[in-house]
Amino acid sequence: MSTDVAATTTSAVEINDVSVRFQSKRTEVTAIQQVSIDVAPGEFVSIVGPSGCGKSTLLKLVSGLLKPSSGTVTLLGEQVRGPRHDIGFVFQRAALLEWRSARRNILLQAEMRGMNSAEAGRRADELIEMTGLSGFENALPHELSGGMQQRVALCRALLHRPRVLLMDEPFGALDALTREQMNVELHRVWRETGTTVLLVTHSIAESVYLANRVIVLTQRPAVVKEVIEVDLPAERDYSATMARPEFASATAHIRDLLGAVTGQD
Amino acid sequence: MDTDRAESRRGVVERTWRPAALLAACLAIWHLITVTGMVEAYLVPSPARTFGLLADKWSYLWGHTWVTTYETVLGFVIAGVLGVLVAVAMVYSRTIESTAYPILLFAQVIPKIAIAPLFVVWLGFGFEPKVIVAVLMAFFPVVISTVTGLKSVDTEMLELAATMGGGPVKTFVKIRFPAALPHLFAGLKVAVTLAVTGAVVGEFVGSNEGLGYVILQANGNMDTPMLFAGLIVISLVGVLLFLLLDLAEKLMLPWHASRRGAAVTTLLAKGGS
Repeated sequence: MSTDVAATTTSAVEINDVSVRFQSKRTEVTAIQQVSIDVAPGEFVSIVGPSGCGKSTLLKLVSGLLKPSSGTVTLLGEQVRGPRHDIGFVFQRAALLEWRSARRNILLQAEMRGMNSAEAGRRADELIEMTGLSGFENALPHELSGGMQQRVALCRALLHRPRVLLMDEPFGALDALTREQMNVELHRVWRETGTTVLLVTHSIAESVYLANRVIVLTQRPAVVKEVIEVDLPAERDYSATMARPEFASATAHIRDLLGAVTGQD
Repeated sequence: MDTDRAESRRGVVERTWRPAALLAACLAIWHLITVTGMVEAYLVPSPARTFGLLADKWSYLWGHTWVTTYETVLGFVIAGVLGVLVAVAMVYSRTIESTAYPILLFAQVIPKIAIAPLFVVWLGFGFEPKVIVAVLMAFFPVVISTVTGLKSVDTEMLELAATMGGGPVKTFVKIRFPAALPHLFAGLKVAVTLAVTGAVVGEFVGSNEGLGYVILQANGNMDTPMLFAGLIVISLVGVLLFLLLDLAEKLMLPWHASRRGAAVTTLLAKGGS
C-alpha cells in the first residue's frame, strides 16, 4: 500500500521538455520539439497526431529504447537512462514467436525475467481468461486471427503486472469490428488492472473512448497542439458512449485540430 | 482419422509419382542408348551391367562408401559447428564481421581442388585432408545462411526483449537462434551436398580408399561400369544425407511457413483422433 501512496504523489510518466533529433547523412531532422507530458498513475492517455509525427518515438523514449537529444523522461519516479523493465509494451504487429503456442508466447515474459514459473503460469491463465483467449492456449500464432494475436501480445505485456503499459497502434492492423471489440476489452482490462496506459493511435474515436485525456500532436517537428480532457463517465458502454454528445464534441474537436495541423503545409 | 490417413497416403503418391516417372524415363533412355549401340559399351555401360556390378562388388564398394561417408559427415559437422560460431560472432560484432568477411570470401573463391594437393603434402594420405576439403566446401553456406537468419529477426521482437530484461544470452537462446533455424537448415542442406563433393575431391588428389579412389582406379583401368557404379553410390550418399537433414528440419520446425501444410495436417489428425 505504501507504494500506492508514493505513486499518488509522483507522476507515473513525466516527459519534460524533450526534443529528439535524428542525424541523417546531410541533414538533421527534428522529430520531437520540446514536448512535455505528465501522466498520473492509473491514468489512460491517448496520443494522436498526423502520420510520421513522432508518436511512436514518444513511447520509445518512455521505455528507454531511445534516448532524447535533450530534456528528461521520468518513469515511476526514476529517470529513464536505458531500456526499462518495469513496463509492458504492445506494438502494432503482435511480434509473437512463431514456434511458441499462445500460452508459451505469453510466458516468454516470465522466462526472460526469471519469474517463478508456477506463479507466472497462474497469472497467464488469469489473463487468458480475462482476454477471452481460453481454448486457444495451445494454438500457434499462425493459427490465430489478427485480433487473437494482439490479445496474446496484450497478455504478454501484462504478465508481470507492469504499472505502466505502452501501446503503439496496437489495433491498427485489425478490421473495424475487431477493433471495437478490442477497445471494449482494453477498457475493461484497464479498469480491472489499474495500470497506467499510454496509447498511440490513429483512430480518433478509439483515443476518446479509451482515455482520460487525449494529447494532440502537430506535424513534424512534433509539439503538443492541445490536451483534451475527456469528459465521459468511467464506466463506458461502447454504443452508449458513442451516442453521447460529449463524445461527439470531443471527436469533432480533435478532428478539427488534426485537420488544422495537416492543413498547415 | 482413417480418412486422414488415406488422405496422407494419397499425398505421398501424389508427391512421388512424378519424380519416380522421370527417373524411370532417364533409366529407359540410358538403356536404349546402350542396347541400340549408339554408344560403344566400353564408353557407356548398360544399366543392367552397371547395377549388376553394383550387386557383385557390393562388399568392396561398401567399405569405400563407408570411408567417404565418414569423411563427409565429419567435415559437415565441423563446418556446421564452426560456421554457426563464426556467424554468431559476425552478427554480434561489427568489427569481427568487417574483419572476417573478406577472408571468408577469399577462402570461398579459391578453387578447393587447387588447394587440396597442399593438404595432402601437409597431412599425408589419411582422412584428414579429405575432411579439411569437405569443411572448406561446406563452411561458407552455413555462415551465410546463419548470418542471414540471425539478422532476419524482427527489430520489434528484439526491442521487446530489451524491455523484458533477459539479457543477451536469453535473448539469443529463446528468440534469435530459434528464429534463425529455418535459414540455418537451408544452409545445412546445401552444405551437406557440398561436403560430399569435398570429400571426393580430397580423395581424387591422393588416397588409397574411398569412392573418389574407386572412381580414379576405375578410370585408370578403363572400367566404365565401375566408374558408373561409383558415381551412383556417391549420389546416393549425398541424397541420403540431404534427406536426413530434411527429416530433422521437419521434426524441429513444424511451425515454419515452408512446413505449414504438414503442420496443419498433423494438427487436424490429432484433433480428429
